[in-house]
Amino acid sequence: MKTLIKKLVETVGPSGYETRIREVVRAEVEKLADEISTDAMGNLIVRKGKKTKNGLKIMLAAHIDEIGVMVTHVDKNGFARFTTIGGVRPHTCYGSRVRFLNGAAGVIGGERLDNQANVHSFENMFIDVGATSPQDSPVKIGDVAAFDRPFEDLGDRLISKAMDDRVCVAVLIETLRNIKSSINELYFVFSTQEEVGTRGATTAAFGIDPDVGIAVDVTGTGDTPRGAVMDVKLGAGPAIKIKDSGMLADPNLVNALVNCAQKNKIPYQREVLLGGSTDARAMQITRAGMPAGCVSVPTRYIHSPSEMVDFHDVENAVLLLTAFLSEAIVL
Amino acid sequence: MKKNNLLKTTPQIGESQIDLLRRLSDSVAVSGDEGAVRKIVLEEVKDVADELKIDALGNVLVTRKSRQKNALRVMVAAHMDEVGFMLVNDDGDGLFSFEIVGGIDNRQLVGKPVLVGKDGVPGIIGAKPIHLADADELKKPIPVENLKIDIGPGNSKKVKVGDRGTFATRFFQNGPSMFGKALDDRLGVATLIEYVKHPPENVDLLAAFTVQEEIGARGAKVAGFALDPDVAFVIESTPANDLPTWDDEENFRYNVHLGAGPAIYRLDAGTLSDPRLINLLVETAELLEIPYQFRQPGKGGTDAGAIHKNRAGIPSVSISVPGRYAHTAVLIAHLEDWKNSVALVHAAIQRIERGLLSEER
Repeated sequence: MKTLIKKLVETVGPSGYETRIREVVRAEVEKLADEISTDAMGNLIVRKGKKTKNGLKIMLAAHIDEIGVMVTHVDKNGFARFTTIGGVRPHTCYGSRVRFLNGAAGVIGGERLDNQANVHSFENMFIDVGATSPQDSPVKIGDVAAFDRPFEDLGDRLISKAMDDRVCVAVLIETLRNIKSSINELYFVFSTQEEVGTRGATTAAFGIDPDVGIAVDVTGTGDTPRGAVMDVKLGAGPAIKIKDSGMLADPNLVNALVNCAQKNKIPYQREVLLGGSTDARAMQITRAGMPAGCVSVPTRYIHSPSEMVDFHDVENAVLLLTAFLSEAIVL
Repeated sequence: MKKNNLLKTTPQIGESQIDLLRRLSDSVAVSGDEGAVRKIVLEEVKDVADELKIDALGNVLVTRKSRQKNALRVMVAAHMDEVGFMLVNDDGDGLFSFEIVGGIDNRQLVGKPVLVGKDGVPGIIGAKPIHLADADELKKPIPVENLKIDIGPGNSKKVKVGDRGTFATRFFQNGPSMFGKALDDRLGVATLIEYVKHPPENVDLLAAFTVQEEIGARGAKVAGFALDPDVAFVIESTPANDLPTWDDEENFRYNVHLGAGPAIYRLDAGTLSDPRLINLLVETAELLEIPYQFRQPGKGGTDAGAIHKNRAGIPSVSISVPGRYAHTAVLIAHLEDWKNSVALVHAAIQRIERGLLSEER
């Protein structure tokens, strides 16, 4: 599974430009699907199973897009100004490498700061792609790049850019692989444009019209020195979301997930996330509404080029989802 | 389709179209009160429309059917509303407190002539004379709470609380430029009227003259749901911030340049434009040798933000006529940019084939 995670996280695919990562995922899931399609927003939708009498139509969503940057202007000396795609934070930018969809690489530099203690704003940073003019630059206005940082395997812990949410894409792929039969009709949605406002899940949920929606996404932790106050830590199991700033998870769905974890002796944590949200937000308020929730993989340094997860949490997330989705769900 | 045939069927912008734009720009149609512009739109399109509907929010939805069966359903949207003010309190003596509707920088308000109410009663957002202002006051922008619209003593009966108003600027032309208070987005409205009159024949044209764009693309949201198109184009006006910088440094935050042609959107705060439609527009521009530019990716939003998330997703893109000084009392646009925008989107729609959508985004 680590090989799969490495392959997924190292693929460039910022929001709106998910073609390449979609192809990587498609290659993994093609043989496992009963039906596979792509919708207008580029969501990859994989159906497994058919709804039976006691079964439910369940949509699972893990987003394939990642945060990134888009060029706004290449100046006369070849420096590329940029804007952000999704929640990029300025303090993670200076000195970061970026990789464009066309393969070009660059480093983010900044104008001289009057006070070195300050952080560059996006307006006074630029991407240096080694060019000296717009004519010899490999990039132009509108070109898209993601942060570039190799996958690092520390044993139990893994570091990479785009763990958010490719590690959960891997979780969904492995879950799909593990489920031999289910009374439920399962839609594994590899969703697009989550980082710019859960746009892909919005339209996918409308198109699928499921009974229940479950997002699989990363969440923050409170286990670093003087970190956020949050009762989630690496290595203590996947987190079952109670609430985040965009959604109140369906309490019955939370209980059903908790019961499933307990019954199968899978470690889990209860999650309350104060800032941020997931595709579950979009699903919950689609059409006439649906019970929605989220299974999270605890992640440190989210939206930095080096996000860290615990591999056991990842494996346990697969176990939890496999067990949960295989059986009848009573809400 | 061949280049010559494409250009032959493109609507032409002449004196009568400019005169229509003048009437549209001079009409007062602040978000939520778009009646004055809707009236003009209805007069212009009612005789040619195959279907015509005014929906619950006030959007005008017009269909021109293709002669072909199973034609693609192509939505083109332009918003009828504009930014402005709403009277919130009658302070007596012809003075009214007001709120801003949509996005107006309050530094743009002081001393501007305005028109308020159904009858367009003239007034002024009064300014304290410089003789009486102290040095500190002159440095600070005046909050809107401290400003009044003054329509003169004895006129209070002509308007009432809840009435809307906007800047009183009249449309005029000077050289290559057009000046108007509401060219955002009456340029789009005038374009769309021409499309309804001269529709691309290969598609079902679904024209949406939308309401309430300036307060969050509210009209477009329901219009997109109702029309349920295969693809959507939004015709807008985006700010050109293309003046030279004070220190002679290169201006790298121009957004768009006046005179450089229609501006194609890739990314704004509401939409990542569908790359298939971006490519269609670029290829069309290059085929027809129409100048074009990319709007600098960044903030802002258009009706596309609301349209593309409808139902199971609608591939969408926005195209703007560049305009200097947007959301102030006067916006400057170039006639050539408008003509090129009209030609580009119309020709692009004529070149659309269903195969475009069978490729994955």
